[in-house]
Amino acid sequence: MKIRVLLFGQLAEASGVSELEMEGYADTISLISALQERFPTLQQSKYMMAVNQQMVSENTKLSENATVALMPPFSGG
Amino acid sequence: MKKEISYERYQRQMILPDFGERAQQLLVEASVLVIGAGGLGCPALLYLAGAGVGTIGIADGDTVALSNLHRQVLYHTSDIGKNKAVVAAEYLKQLNPGTETKVYPWHVTNENLLAILGNYDIVLDGTDNFATRYLINDACVLMHKTLVYGAVSRFEGQVAVFNGLLGHDKRSANYRDIFPEPPKENEVPNCADAGVIGILPGMIGCMQAGEVIKLITGMGDPLIDRVLTYNVLSNQFYTVNIIAGPATNFTGPSTKERFLQTDYVSLCKSPSSVSEIDVVLFEELLNRGNVDVIDVRELYEQPVVKEFEHLRIPLADIYQQELQLKNDVVVVICQSGKRSRIAVEILNDRMGTAKTLYSLRGGLNDWYAFLKNKRDERG
Repeated sequence: MKIRVLLFGQLAEASGVSELEMEGYADTISLISALQERFPTLQQSKYMMAVNQQMVSENTKLSENATVALMPPFSGG
Repeated sequence: MKKEISYERYQRQMILPDFGERAQQLLVEASVLVIGAGGLGCPALLYLAGAGVGTIGIADGDTVALSNLHRQVLYHTSDIGKNKAVVAAEYLKQLNPGTETKVYPWHVTNENLLAILGNYDIVLDGTDNFATRYLINDACVLMHKTLVYGAVSRFEGQVAVFNGLLGHDKRSANYRDIFPEPPKENEVPNCADAGVIGILPGMIGCMQAGEVIKLITGMGDPLIDRVLTYNVLSNQFYTVNIIAGPATNFTGPSTKERFLQTDYVSLCKSPSSVSEIDVVLFEELLNRGNVDVIDVRELYEQPVVKEFEHLRIPLADIYQQELQLKNDVVVVICQSGKRSRIAVEILNDRMGTAKTLYSLRGGLNDWYAFLKNKRDERG
């Protein structure tokens, strides 16, 4: 099962990628823990998560080709 | 009393389908408070005044600085040192004498914001720090005001309409529905630290002005219950739908009394055990020669430090990278002293008490100012 992950702002900068593909994760909790292992900076980052452009705040099941976006707060102006 | 409309001035927008005299009348009767007349506020103010918004409040306690001019398009080099709200209002008067401007030449706080908010229909957030952004969001929730939010970071921006009226006193999602608690100041870099390309706040500020005009005139679909992000490098837009939580879940102050008691600045201060040193002590350590220095800025960041030996390890690599340290004392530096604090926290975790770690307060900004002062003193 393929999942498309989009990282925004400082999350993309800290991890060096803005888009990646992950395979074999059935829900957001398992996906996030795999991402945190790969990009340790994520552990201390604040972000909101969206599955298929819908913000989610609880563990969410992922379907084939789901897009998961992690969006940090921006403060600049 | 109906305000007079100059048909000639607004002709190009009034001939738009569905705009006409109706929308123009709504604009000239509307009042908008723009908080922060910086990178976002400048373009927003220009277009709101141009479009004929009847009353515009401008709140900003900052003075114009040379480093603002690449993006804060209302100001000239000759304005350096002057208050931004005052200069901006002068400019808008020239642009459109039909727009009434009100100047609040100070930083908004929980003590002064509620009093001025009552006079406006819509608030536009053009500020540059989390403490003020949460302050404005909470005030708009308390006062039932629609907030047009915009923020930038390096090459990306966000736009949203918070607390919009959905009918029957029901309000759309606000900032705390996405990020319930403010990040600590060190968790997210600001413009001074991270840098920003001038056109980005220009675009985001224009988009905010566009949302304000849509909200006032009732045209189109404003970004209610949605957050839009834009990436200037990839030219990609991405929208996320958000949902307002129940009012009982609101993590901000629920009454005006509690709002007045909230210390927004310290909410964003991190309680950390990071030891900081200032530039004077830093120079002393350098002179003694028994110190390692790590610059945690990205490798492409300027200026490259030539005054002392140091390692360059970008913050993201601090977690893992092998460190070749010769001394027991280590000073971590960055541009403003924020990222170096985070790095020291991480290194404290990694190395325990084996090394004594310091973050340089004020970073290279303070260091170069210190060097310049020394040169000037010598004459």
